[in-house]
Amino acid sequence: MGRARVEGLSSCALISCSSVCRSTKTPVKANFLFCQRNWFRIPVFVVLYYIDFCTSSILMVLKYVFIVCVSTAKDVTYICPFVGPVRGSLTVTNYRLFFRCTDREPVFGLDLPLGVLSRVEKIGAATSRGDVSYGLACKDMRNLRFVHKEPEDSLKKSVFEVLMKFAFPVSNNMSLFAFEYKQVFPENGWRVYDPLAEYKRQGLPKESWRISKVNDHYELCDSYPAALVVPVTITDEELRRISSFRAKGRIPVLSWIHPESQAAVVRASQPMVGQNGRRCKEDEKLLQAIMDANAQSHKIFIFDARPSVNAAANKMKGGGYESEDAYQNAELVFLDIHNIHVMRESQRKLKEVVYPNIEDSHWLSNLESTHWLEHIKLILAGALRIADKVESGKTSVVVHCSDGWDRTPQLTSLALIMLDSHYRTIRGFQILLEKEWLSFGHRFQQRVGHGDKNHTDADRSPIFLQFIDCVWQMTRQFPAAFEFNEYFLITILDQLYSCLFGTFLCNSEQQRLKEEVPKHTVSLWSFVNSQLEEFVNPLYVHYPSHVLFPTVGIRHLQLWVTYYIRWNPRMRPQEPVHQRYKELLAKRAELQKRVEELQREAANRTASSSSERAGSPTRSITPVQTFV
Amino acid sequence: MLSLGSVGAKSTKPSFVSYVTPEEIKLEKEPPKIEKHPDLLPGEVEFCCANPILKYTQDDMSQRGIFGTLFCTNFRVTFISDEKSQEETTKTFKNKLYGENDIPLMCVDHIYGVYDEKKKLITGGLVKNKYPSKMIIHCKDLRVFQFCLTFTKEEDAKKIFQGIAHHCLEERSLKCVFAFSYSGTPKMQRKCIILDKMQRKWETILFDSPEDWTQEMKRTRANCRLVTENENFELSQRLPKYFVIPSALGDLFSYQGKGFPIWCWSHHSGCALFKASLPPVTQEDGDFQKHLDIMLNAVAHNYLYSAKTEDLSESLPTIQDIQQSYNKFKQFFLIENSTDFWLSDVKWFSSLESSGWLDIIRQCLQKAVEVVECLEKDNTNVLITEEEGTDLCCVISSLVQIMLDPYYRTLMGFQSLVQKEWVAGCHAFLDRCNHLHQKDKECHSPVFLLFLECVWQLVQQHSPAFQFSETYLTVLSDSVDVPVFSTFLFNSAHHRESVMKAESPLAQSSPLSCPTVWDWSVQFDSKAQNFFFNPLYSEKVKHEKAVRKAHKPKHQRQLSLPSTAFKPPSKKGFFKDETDSLKKILRVKRLSRWMGSPDSPAATTRGFYESWKQRPLDYHGLLLPCLDGPAVRVWMQRYLRWIPEVHIMGGGSVAVMTKLMELLSQVQDLKRVLEQRDSSQAVKLDHRPYIQHRLLSFGSSGRLSSSFPFAYSRNRSFKPIIPTGLMQSLMVTDSLASQEDEASSFVSLV
Repeated sequence: MGRARVEGLSSCALISCSSVCRSTKTPVKANFLFCQRNWFRIPVFVVLYYIDFCTSSILMVLKYVFIVCVSTAKDVTYICPFVGPVRGSLTVTNYRLFFRCTDREPVFGLDLPLGVLSRVEKIGAATSRGDVSYGLACKDMRNLRFVHKEPEDSLKKSVFEVLMKFAFPVSNNMSLFAFEYKQVFPENGWRVYDPLAEYKRQGLPKESWRISKVNDHYELCDSYPAALVVPVTITDEELRRISSFRAKGRIPVLSWIHPESQAAVVRASQPMVGQNGRRCKEDEKLLQAIMDANAQSHKIFIFDARPSVNAAANKMKGGGYESEDAYQNAELVFLDIHNIHVMRESQRKLKEVVYPNIEDSHWLSNLESTHWLEHIKLILAGALRIADKVESGKTSVVVHCSDGWDRTPQLTSLALIMLDSHYRTIRGFQILLEKEWLSFGHRFQQRVGHGDKNHTDADRSPIFLQFIDCVWQMTRQFPAAFEFNEYFLITILDQLYSCLFGTFLCNSEQQRLKEEVPKHTVSLWSFVNSQLEEFVNPLYVHYPSHVLFPTVGIRHLQLWVTYYIRWNPRMRPQEPVHQRYKELLAKRAELQKRVEELQREAANRTASSSSERAGSPTRSITPVQTFV
Repeated sequence: MLSLGSVGAKSTKPSFVSYVTPEEIKLEKEPPKIEKHPDLLPGEVEFCCANPILKYTQDDMSQRGIFGTLFCTNFRVTFISDEKSQEETTKTFKNKLYGENDIPLMCVDHIYGVYDEKKKLITGGLVKNKYPSKMIIHCKDLRVFQFCLTFTKEEDAKKIFQGIAHHCLEERSLKCVFAFSYSGTPKMQRKCIILDKMQRKWETILFDSPEDWTQEMKRTRANCRLVTENENFELSQRLPKYFVIPSALGDLFSYQGKGFPIWCWSHHSGCALFKASLPPVTQEDGDFQKHLDIMLNAVAHNYLYSAKTEDLSESLPTIQDIQQSYNKFKQFFLIENSTDFWLSDVKWFSSLESSGWLDIIRQCLQKAVEVVECLEKDNTNVLITEEEGTDLCCVISSLVQIMLDPYYRTLMGFQSLVQKEWVAGCHAFLDRCNHLHQKDKECHSPVFLLFLECVWQLVQQHSPAFQFSETYLTVLSDSVDVPVFSTFLFNSAHHRESVMKAESPLAQSSPLSCPTVWDWSVQFDSKAQNFFFNPLYSEKVKHEKAVRKAHKPKHQRQLSLPSTAFKPPSKKGFFKDETDSLKKILRVKRLSRWMGSPDSPAATTRGFYESWKQRPLDYHGLLLPCLDGPAVRVWMQRYLRWIPEVHIMGGGSVAVMTKLMELLSQVQDLKRVLEQRDSSQAVKLDHRPYIQHRLLSFGSSGRLSSSFPFAYSRNRSFKPIIPTGLMQSLMVTDSLASQEDEASSFVSLV
């Protein structure tokens, strides 16, 4: 009675079983009978095994089998905006949505984690023929539309319901798939970032900076990490007082210190100045101490990421900005970066312009009207000014926006990438994300809305996407300065939404510990670091001391076509990007091998031809060196 | 200085900075006037000079500059700094003819004068009057020079201003072009003749002899007839000396040298591309229609009896449109100061779009793809027509050949193609480039540049398929305005020959010989020429390369799309069977109409592009460009190289190129070392200095700017360029901007 079929397609296998088991919720032992014909005809229950997509060998995690009801294979039409309607089978699991066309050559498939869905909705009422169509809006700049030809009510309903259930587990009081994903990798990515080790790398603690344990139990500030670096002269008691003066208790703490000039990058949230111009002498003392810690400069720059108008408006709500009267020797600079709502709107417009079709003749003005690249420019320009003050001006800087968890990490982490070559390596970049974004409480859960069906949530905003875009812009401008390639950045963004890894879950370090995320989920870095060669930029040259100052003119900024427009088959590069990188690597290896062979040969010849010059050939031929 | 912009709540907008003070201080400090003279080229004559002149440096916006002497010669306007130039010696990419402070007269685009803080375009009338305090020169290679004339004696200033204005703006005769005085000296003549011989020994085929054409026909296996009757330009002065026509075409003397198809290239299937100069079909002229039919039949007879014709003047922008669009476009790159730069940065994309330049590029590529589709997929002969037959026909036919024939993607192949289609093909370079500053604006148009732009798009999208680099294309586009080479100086082959004969210095013995632009050694040493080669070029197997070197480049093509209608050609059908021929003609016409269908030409080739894209990419096969909005880009290297605000220190594509070239040159060096060692005596030669020298030359430059190898930034301190006036850039007027910064913190928004 059991008819089943195993389908292997792009490292995923479907095992469908025709045994009737409507009532039972227990996993079905599938009979591995291969059936060639007739299997479409009967509505089937598909038992789906989640197969890890990153391992080439098929590995079945039998423990996590869900019974998912789908309609029969022939019923679903995917309205592809590029090739037109495609008919095929749609499968939904607790992790992914899988569509495979049956009537088209070459085989066309869709395979996406449910985490990228931001909205699932029915479009229009059922037509007279009984078609029901529903649209899926995705977080990764695409929309999908499916139409059911199947008139049988119970079945089409179930697909919709299954989608609603598994795409938004948080709204359904279920856990995210990351908590069920049990892939084992050779490396444990949760160990990538050790705050103390990172501070030690920067030479901290040192005479004027100490590591405070005041936030060990997240009592001072629940969105900050446990380890904080503050000036030696400020006591924990003073820090507590400052925390009541800074929004959300996010006091000024050190992010990075220049190894030579001792100029520091300090991050914070806005001071609670309010309309009455409240002051806090401990806060003033803290900023003075930050300035004093750097003997090279008698000034300190405060970079407020917001437009000055918005900063001023915040005074109405008790916030505001540092007055130059209260803070001696401080210069306040506004960086004019807009708030999360403006950014969300810009992303929405961008999606409209790039998906599904591009209007060639008005492409440029349409792109301009999204303001997306202008926002990127402002963020990069802000980071550039910060980096310039630290590097060229040898001055310490304090960076804040309102709460210090959106624009602030954008600015500090970009400035850090410009200033410190360590953050341009693959592991260094992981540390940077773990530190500036995750430990300092960028609200990933809120901004991305993991597993949350409330797609209109005003807290969602593409802040992290913008940051990665900025990094991408820098990799474009400095193709040899980054150890990672474009595929690495795209992987990070894809996994940001997929909810396969625990890395980007929750809003803060405290929450992640409370939910025991590191214990129950796999870190993205476990996956990445287990196959580093995929993510290596073959052109990378490590220059420890180089500071990068990107050009922020719009003329040098490009839309990240390979990310935003990657769903358009016409815009896809001929070969996948990382493939191209691999070829480059191979080419380099081949060349280097040739060089080495020739060198060896030359050395042998020299050695054999003139024994008195035996020592010179090794030095005379410089080993392969590269200059940028 | 750097904190300009929105510092604090107040944003300071840099206005026209007073430039008088800093120099006055400097003047006092610098009393010695050293007489310096430019190193003149052979035949170069100095007209006038003035000192001291202040040349503003573009690197910062503080309106500072360098003092020096400004000269005007019959070749260039040149500025020689009073200070010792430290840059020149370290350059790895130095043009031997003109340096960074030289402007060949032909290269001058516009001159502006600043009179009482007002910028005015200098035209004939203004020259007579008062001289301006500041002279701004816009060059055709997009450099901008600003000279302050107020420090020099009034008469000197007047003289130099009028001299420059006269020589750069006034209409003049071809004889005055520097090339003739340069090559005219007996010494240079002898050198040129030697160079010419060497050139022929190299690989660029000049297509000025019947052999070159026969060779090309053999290479493409063309089935056409070489015409030598025009050797003395008896057929027409507008036609090439030698050309190839369909073998079915009869006596040429009856056509008055116009309106018959000229062979461009043959596809390996046998079908071919032809071009013709035909007036646009306006009225139902019976004779004309008959003529057209004969032409089409001749073309169709070439292969399989099918032909399509395409009137380019109907479906592509006119040369005036091209000129207008480019004039708008180039303005975005002629930037005089930082403030302008950041102001124009805000509306960058919409300005680009409004110029329409990228759209024209897209249209040309699109048209070329359509023709490629006919040749490749339908195996149909194609005849492209245009009134003159030497403008857009050249663009399209060259592009088609580059897309279809990998030979033209090699450096020598590309140069041969330019010779074949453009130089021998009688493109009116002199008129189109306006080398003589003629007032008649109708005939100026950057058609050749448009072609290079299209090629750049292809290079950008499929760089491993091309042996040459974008630097090569940029240099070639600059060389058009260097009045030393004969390549781009004439309107036709006849024009060239007659002028060369008339200008000969050695009596009637032989015509004057000028170097061609392909003689890159005239401009660059061999090390600099390395930059012309694309280190990522995926070469084909070696024996084929050897074949190409031996002047027998073969048609190397991969199996392409299956030909849709392969029927044995009816060899004797046409003239015998009248009714059949009529049918054919009808079919031909129908096809031609279909091809030029105005409704969305993009849609027709979309399928062709997509089916091509699905096949594995072969860099030695058919190459098609992606034409979607984001894929057509601005040629950054050419247009942005002189603008300091966009220079990326230590970055840009040069970072990659340098690294790859480094690696390649090391391999080559080591090979050379081995070769030396193979010869018995060579053991004593120490190879050490050579290699180290190589490494040094790259190493000393440390972090190159993205504008390398063109502009050199004096800004060695790696100061970032911080935009000014950010607040103006983005005024979000929406209510969103004023919303709470963090929704969660204060209010909950639904």
